[in-house]
Amino acid sequence: MPTFGVIVFPGSNCDHDAYHALKHIMGVDTRFIFHKETDLGKVDGIVVPGGFSYGDYLRSGAIARFSPVMQAVSDFAAKGGPVIGICNGFQILLESGLLPGAMLHNEQLRFTCKQVYLKTEAFDTPFTSAIPKDTLLHIPVAHGEGNYYADETTLAQLEDQNQIVFRYVDADGNPTRESNPNGAVGNIAGICNAARNVVGMMPHPERAMETLLGSADGKYVFESVLQSF
Amino acid sequence: MFKAEINVTLRKSILDPKGKAAREALHQLGYHAIQDVRIGKYIELFVDAASETEAEQIARESCEKLLANEVMEDFVITLTKTN
Repeated sequence: MPTFGVIVFPGSNCDHDAYHALKHIMGVDTRFIFHKETDLGKVDGIVVPGGFSYGDYLRSGAIARFSPVMQAVSDFAAKGGPVIGICNGFQILLESGLLPGAMLHNEQLRFTCKQVYLKTEAFDTPFTSAIPKDTLLHIPVAHGEGNYYADETTLAQLEDQNQIVFRYVDADGNPTRESNPNGAVGNIAGICNAARNVVGMMPHPERAMETLLGSADGKYVFESVLQSF
Repeated sequence: MFKAEINVTLRKSILDPKGKAAREALHQLGYHAIQDVRIGKYIELFVDAASETEAEQIARESCEKLLANEVMEDFVITLTKTN
């Protein structure tokens, strides 16, 4: 059976949600990996969870990237291991240089917490392969700095290499201005690296795992990675 | 000992939502002469270095590696000798 590691930084607050999603709902061996660890141990996949690592001091994710564990995560990613960064985890992957671009404050300056629709545009990543092609994901966002930014050269490269994984869309699947919760360029909600094994997304699939709690669309993300093993 | 004063600002091409909100508030106060507001960070480093060149280099590397994110921010360093 595969084993998942959930990284825990001081200030992480979605680590238990990610653990619950993997361990109790997907039924996968899962363990927490503390930020001071230099060795991930035997793991097949890594979740860099959401929260406010190091209080988001300086910039979101800026301090976390220098945690001892992040070198091990980079090495794991370089060997092709699947890594997903969710929300603050995405911000950490950007600061680490594992993914291109940066996060600005939400255009409207408010912390935004609501359900959004996501259109999947890249199905060839370990975290999206099991998402049905014609299905929009209905999952929540909860962030103050999710306004994805990259310069024009980087954006063109992301488009050319099909690295834009998710976009915010309306209920009909159109990437409208109204459906964009933070002002992100191109309605970008998630991207992957050129090797496609590292995915970052602002919305929270681990908070959309049970129909009783509003949506189970997040399960597709974790089903995808389990099928990839 | 050197004091490095660092100003980190969003790149000119990037919309600054905090600056825009402050500008709107200043206009509410009647300061219509204010055309634009850009908000950044001010950081002081106290550096024990043998020369100004060395202090400058330490401050610059600190900005490049941690204090600024050059994807979206610019930085300016001003050095002064202190006792």
